[in-house]
Amino acid sequence: MNAWIEKQRHLIDFTLASLARRKAKNLGLLLVYALLVFVLASVALYTHALRQEAAQVLKQSPEIVLQRMVAGRHDLIPPGYLEKIGRIRGVQSIEGRLWGYYYDPVVKANYTFMAPAAEAVKPGTLVVGPAVARSRGLAPGNTISFRAYSGKLFSFTVVGVLPHASELVSADLVLMGEADFRAFFEYPAGQHTDIALSVANPLEVRTVAAKLASALPDSRPILREEVLRTYASVFDWREGIVLALLSAAIFAFAILAWEKASGLSAEEKREIGILKAIGWETGDVIKMKLWEGGLISLTAFLAGFVAAYLQVFRFGAPLFEPVLKGWAVLYPRFELVPAIDGLQVATLFFFTVFPYMAAVLVPIWRAAITDPDSAMRS
Amino acid sequence: MIELKQIRKAFNQGRPNEYWALNGIDLTIEAQKVTAFRGPSGSGKTTLLTIVGCLARPTSGRVRLAEDEISGLPERFLTDIRRSTFGFVFQQFNLIKGLSALENVMLPAFPTGRPHRELRERSEALLDRLKLAHRREARVEWLSGGEQQRVAIARALVNDPKVLIADEPTANLDTTLSREFMGILEGLHAEGRTVILTSHDPLVVESAAVHRVVSMRDGQLTEG
Amino acid sequence: MIFQPAIIALLLASGIAVAMLAAAAPFALQVIRQWDIASGTERQLLLERRTYLFSTLAAFVMVVQLVALLLFVFNADRMAEMFVGAMCAVGTLNVNPFGFPALLAQMAVFFLAAAWLAVNHVDTRAPDYPLVRVKYALLLILLPALALAFVLQLKYFLGLRADVITSCCGSLFSGDAKGLAAEVAALKPLPAMTLFYVVLAVAAGLTFFHARTRRAGYAAAAASAAAFVATIVGVLSFVSLYLYEHPNHHCPFCILKPEYGHQGYWLYVPLFAATAAGLGTGALQPFRQVASLREIVPAVSARLADLAAFGYLLVALIATYFVLHSNLILIEH
Repeated sequence: MNAWIEKQRHLIDFTLASLARRKAKNLGLLLVYALLVFVLASVALYTHALRQEAAQVLKQSPEIVLQRMVAGRHDLIPPGYLEKIGRIRGVQSIEGRLWGYYYDPVVKANYTFMAPAAEAVKPGTLVVGPAVARSRGLAPGNTISFRAYSGKLFSFTVVGVLPHASELVSADLVLMGEADFRAFFEYPAGQHTDIALSVANPLEVRTVAAKLASALPDSRPILREEVLRTYASVFDWREGIVLALLSAAIFAFAILAWEKASGLSAEEKREIGILKAIGWETGDVIKMKLWEGGLISLTAFLAGFVAAYLQVFRFGAPLFEPVLKGWAVLYPRFELVPAIDGLQVATLFFFTVFPYMAAVLVPIWRAAITDPDSAMRS
Repeated sequence: MIELKQIRKAFNQGRPNEYWALNGIDLTIEAQKVTAFRGPSGSGKTTLLTIVGCLARPTSGRVRLAEDEISGLPERFLTDIRRSTFGFVFQQFNLIKGLSALENVMLPAFPTGRPHRELRERSEALLDRLKLAHRREARVEWLSGGEQQRVAIARALVNDPKVLIADEPTANLDTTLSREFMGILEGLHAEGRTVILTSHDPLVVESAAVHRVVSMRDGQLTEG
Repeated sequence: MIFQPAIIALLLASGIAVAMLAAAAPFALQVIRQWDIASGTERQLLLERRTYLFSTLAAFVMVVQLVALLLFVFNADRMAEMFVGAMCAVGTLNVNPFGFPALLAQMAVFFLAAAWLAVNHVDTRAPDYPLVRVKYALLLILLPALALAFVLQLKYFLGLRADVITSCCGSLFSGDAKGLAAEVAALKPLPAMTLFYVVLAVAAGLTFFHARTRRAGYAAAAASAAAFVATIVGVLSFVSLYLYEHPNHHCPFCILKPEYGHQGYWLYVPLFAATAAGLGTGALQPFRQVASLREIVPAVSARLADLAAFGYLLVALIATYFVLHSNLILIEH
């Protein structure tokens, strides 16, 4: 056992020395390799952070949202629906919600206008999301005017900016009082956008939803767990698509690795011949070369991964934001909470190290079977 | 000690350019003697050396090394024998560029898994003995021809082989260095090692240090 | 199919492994037909050199299978949120009928590859390579197994639909459910513990006995296989309960989760290593009478058996540690 370890140590020593001797050749490969890891790791880290963020946000949203459908389209909830639902066992609270979209021609962006249930926002005032505040240059105390869809101009005083923490969802939010909301959108009195129900026991959610559907046949209950699942699969799907697109790059990289590994220089071939002549076995050469591949992989993987981590969590992922996020026109600029996921690292390893090792296996073997007597024949 | 029977060796077998480098060699090489193969280039003496030194397998015929039949062994086992029994000094020295003299000397012992310190001490002692102690950290390409050969000799001895094999050892050396080499050779013989070499240098084949000269032509022995 | 990175990675890995072995298959046939160790021809030399490629390939496939196995379970666990009713890997694997077979096939490939490597190892230590033909015939058997594992995995992943209502570990391993897994889980802790410790003791004892006396190799291998099953049964029926500190949570996968400190790996890694070694011992037994292997097989087999004995001992100790350090009490003293 000790001899085995000692032997591996010798092989690693030799590998390091020979890598150092062929810096130029290996550096190119290392760079491409690290770049590939960097791109893939950025995608992975970024989507994972988004997924976490969404899960965080949805944690606070109601278990069930009830929408009324007219001709298959989302419609307003008429007065009396809340009463019709009445009491359902397991439901902790029911409330009608008021919200809508507003297109701001000044910055060419969509905002979500919302009237919180409790009269949290006083008439004539607004609380805005951080992205809105940024794009319109707002600070508490400022006044802002919006032209309603009816053509009338409304002025509000900004009294607060929502916190940064959950920016992904709150970024484009504008909170106002109920009366202001109804006046601004000319929203019919007594009607609501949808109904939010909170259910304490997760096992009862489906039963409650079924009761709602039978009590109000023209309505559609949307479950939070379903939204979560949809988000998860949308993110996975996006990540998958990006990776699939990048698979061409992985493939190209594998070809490059194959090329590099099989395109041994005359000098290297001579060296392997010498090693074999002086007593290295084919298996020893293969092991040495596998160590070489392993060391290159490890270095590239670490370098690429660390760079990706910095890119995503320090510099806000400038490279991939447009592809992977895309919620609305108004991109939230938010700090992702650093999150590393074992599964993702393992997956990433599979996407990069595995194709590399698979690609270099045959060339390594080819190099290793150099005739030992070639050292004599030169 | 080494017994060759009806050794034949073909290259490019089954192809139009097939050619037989060795054509029926019967030879016994005695232990603890210095034996030289002489002959014009293309006579097969280097090929014979590769078969004696377990670098290659004969196409047909038998090789016995101290009572063991080794001609049918797969490469893996030939390598084991080669590593422990033979040390090689090549015509071009075949040192690995970019590594220091010491590192080059240590190379043949890497697959044995000998402890690093022990190996290092052994290599340093060998370099010391060959008067290269002061050059051990120097990269081999900065060494002179004579120094390179002495590094190659040290490398050949690191696994303490019974047999030293040298292919045209004086081809790249001037007279002074060649004499020096013959001196080293005598020292090795005095230690009880067997030496087998090829050469057409009169300084070598006519030297008193060489006990037996085997002449070759066209893959066959002409006298012996 | 659910388009997901880990799934693509797994399919990629097993697809490439199949492709590599399939590409090597014609050469394996050539070795079987034309091998002649006594010959000094260049063709024989080439065949010999090819054997190095196959050994390297097989070792590569085994390592990949092992990592893929982890990734497979890991990923199944993660995907649980996408299926109604799934709370961990069990639920995800139950989404369609190919989940568990795919997992089992992958484990089978791992053990087969390990056994092949054991045979390969002894063969390369005998100067006449006596098992070359056997070895390459076995490699050709490994190929369909690998292909089967790939197909099962493909079918499983292709058949994933996010809206499927699945059953999870709660229902699969709970006492009221039917089926083998449930019956295993429903074992009372005391008999299950007895079974676990007895079988492990027998396996460790037999492998140790084999390592010392070089006899009863087949029995040692059979005991290893039994110990693998017994350990899984033990995990299902009592170890998991102690780890979760919950009298009805029997899942063998949740113990791998971070919530439970990844403690499952402490059990599974020695278990898989020991079983691979133990089965390797068995794979070597048929060849112990081959002339050139008379010395080699017993020596290698003894070393593998030593490893297996040590592994099972470790499994038993770790399981005991889990039981003693749990706040759950299943058996009244």
